[in-house]
Amino acid sequence: MIDLQSLQERIRAAAGDRRPLCIRAGGSKDFYGGPRAGELLDVSGLSGISDYEPTELVITARAGTRLTDIERVLAERDQMLAFEPPRFDGRATLGGAVAAGLSGPRRAYCGALRDFVLGVEMVDGRGELLRFGGKVIKNVAGFDVSRLMAGSLGTLGLIAQVTLKTVPRPRAECTLRFEADQPRALEAMTLWATRPLPLSATAWHDDLLHVRLSGAEAAVRAARESLGGEIVSGSEEYWQSVREQRLQFLMAADELWRICLPARCPKLPIEGRTLIEWGGSLRWLPGRQDGNSLRALASRRGGHAMLYRASVKPPEGSFAPLPAAMLALHQRLKAVFDPHRIFNRGRLHPDL
Amino acid sequence: MYHRVIERLRRALPAGAVLSSTEELKPYECDALTLFRQTPLAVALPADEAQVAAVLRLCHEASVPVIARGAGTGLSGGATPRPDAVLLSLARLNRIIGIDPLGRTARVQPGVRNLAISEAAAPHGLYYAPDPSSQIACTIGGNVAENSGGVHCLKYGLTVHNLLALRVITIDGEVLEVGSAAPDAPGYDLLALLTGSEGLLGVVTEVTVRLIPRPECARVVLAAFDELAKAGRAVADVIAAGITPAGLEMMDRPAIAAVEPFVQAGYPLDAEAILLCESDGTAQEVEEEILRIETVMRRAGATECRISRDEAERLRFWAGRKAAFPAMGAISPDYYCMDGSIPRRRLAAVLQAIRAMEGKYGLRCTNVFHAGDGNLHPLILFDSNVADEVARAEAFGGEILELCVREGGSITGEHGVGVEKINQMCVQFGSGELETFHAVKRAFDDRGLLNPGKAVPTLHRCAEFGRLHVHGGRLPHPELPRF
Repeated sequence: MIDLQSLQERIRAAAGDRRPLCIRAGGSKDFYGGPRAGELLDVSGLSGISDYEPTELVITARAGTRLTDIERVLAERDQMLAFEPPRFDGRATLGGAVAAGLSGPRRAYCGALRDFVLGVEMVDGRGELLRFGGKVIKNVAGFDVSRLMAGSLGTLGLIAQVTLKTVPRPRAECTLRFEADQPRALEAMTLWATRPLPLSATAWHDDLLHVRLSGAEAAVRAARESLGGEIVSGSEEYWQSVREQRLQFLMAADELWRICLPARCPKLPIEGRTLIEWGGSLRWLPGRQDGNSLRALASRRGGHAMLYRASVKPPEGSFAPLPAAMLALHQRLKAVFDPHRIFNRGRLHPDL
Repeated sequence: MYHRVIERLRRALPAGAVLSSTEELKPYECDALTLFRQTPLAVALPADEAQVAAVLRLCHEASVPVIARGAGTGLSGGATPRPDAVLLSLARLNRIIGIDPLGRTARVQPGVRNLAISEAAAPHGLYYAPDPSSQIACTIGGNVAENSGGVHCLKYGLTVHNLLALRVITIDGEVLEVGSAAPDAPGYDLLALLTGSEGLLGVVTEVTVRLIPRPECARVVLAAFDELAKAGRAVADVIAAGITPAGLEMMDRPAIAAVEPFVQAGYPLDAEAILLCESDGTAQEVEEEILRIETVMRRAGATECRISRDEAERLRFWAGRKAAFPAMGAISPDYYCMDGSIPRRRLAAVLQAIRAMEGKYGLRCTNVFHAGDGNLHPLILFDSNVADEVARAEAFGGEILELCVREGGSITGEHGVGVEKINQMCVQFGSGELETFHAVKRAFDDRGLLNPGKAVPTLHRCAEFGRLHVHGGRLPHPELPRF
């Protein structure tokens, strides 16, 4: 257990000397985003669940708390994190999950991580402890800084504590499997999403489409009968591997691209194996790609491509570039929270 | 100088798009917070994005403040004008640009009414979920500015959860594309930051919303309780049972008494509180869930449970809840609608504390609210023609909001801060957070021209409020009307 005050003092000292700091807890996402720079600021000791009231559907925990610990406590009360963040061998922590903003298979049907963030306590680049949002579901007082932290990769401050909305675990769950080539799978996922079906995940690869249904028993049963397909038993492990990008053909590649697209975007003109999730709006592409042409292609289709994992990080950064006016605004916002630019320099963007 | 700004606006916009005479300005002197009135410098009515950008550029050059306005249904005074500011009405940007039924999105201009989106999506079996009570009139641009909620938030989220992308014009006339139809747009989540920013950061000119499939059916359980505490506990029990109702609303005895003669919803008049708990989904799903809800309600001590047998009865059960505000108008000359939110488990305790405050301020207060998400709407009844009732109502409201903060909640669940709750911001946030809000504002609008003086109080104002507060609960500027 480390106390927040000592972290604040280190931040103040670093700000005084303009010394960059690298915020890190479990280190499970060292691979993600730009290269790490600066002195290590280890927050893994800042851990523990500080408040959990199941009837409020709200949990508050310190940033270094492991997601697996949070999920275990929630499961005891039949609740869960709806956005299914990757746990990366159990090393992922709450602060890191919020900083990275990554969501799992359920995202397309239940919402992203940022949708479940209710409040954040953070230390800004002056060492000041700030509290935004709160522990209630409805709260529109002040700018929504807590959701701004989601996906900011620690560039705006040290996340010290987070309050999340939890959800009840579905009473029934069932996974169906269909044989389908990519165009047919995309079409099916698009059509199903327009119907009131209890979908909670979709994944397609190798001419197989997996669909998970979650909800009331009657709803899952009715949907199963209406959709057809083959019932997959013991599908838990399969969805875990999708959630953690652990399918063999993704793991084997030395580069992994992550392409986000409008859900109904048809098959991209790219050869090779791919994993499609989120009803078509998330596509994983293993293997080396020409980054510029892939980014341009994604952009033409209304989406964006990023280099999720690579043995060598590219100098232009991992994410899709920002237009000039947008980058300038990002720099001004960065300066609001971190005027001396000490936190996670270059992690989200080379110029932040 | 002001004269020159009006002239330049006239040159930049088509004929009839700039209002400046006293009669023309009259309808714009307030939003739904009607006791706060000011005459704007002028009203600009641009018809497209280029004209919006022109107005903003022009005002930026002249350093004239700009206040954006949608339908003017906001309850917190977010669109209250100032005599030195141009009121920028987005009413003429009222086109539905496109519905994509397969992509489940709608692209609309900010002046499109909330309900009009669902109506346009209906032929495809889709709808836009957030449903603020003013949905027949309020516009999507205003919903974005306030992060509006509604009855179905618990299950379907607030505005922020149902947006995909915005086009926003900054005060210097620059277009920003924020978010995208594809998930996880690169960079900071500016879509979250802009939603609920009350017109302080930019002006929205296009909104892409997510549409969802309309559930096959919906039914509602009406449960009556002989004690407030039991109703409060029933709310917690429903959630604890793993049920996420489509809506979960509470009304207390005075509210029931006020609405029943008004709409004849069939509410039990002897109940201390009633809960309306709705389930939606497939027919089988709803049947299963409704039975579970009824069991929980009975176990929590409900004296009576009625389940809507058909759509007409469901609508009748809801009619009372929906008529709550107009019904207050029939029993009281004025009412003041509060909007605090609290942790659900504190519902009964907070309601009892509000009851006690009625004696202290000598005013009645009825309670209708979104119990499922802890969002209270106490309605303080008063008569503005009676000396000091306005001041007492305001002090009453202020104390309720401060109680909400003490209980771990917020001064506003869905109506926004605007001018109305700006003093209570000083109670909810410390100087560090308020300074951060001001700095965020400067990052978008360095001269502070967009909706100045709203939503975020200056530290000076907080100091003044704090000091006056210590001296007997009087508020600063008693000469100002505050509603």
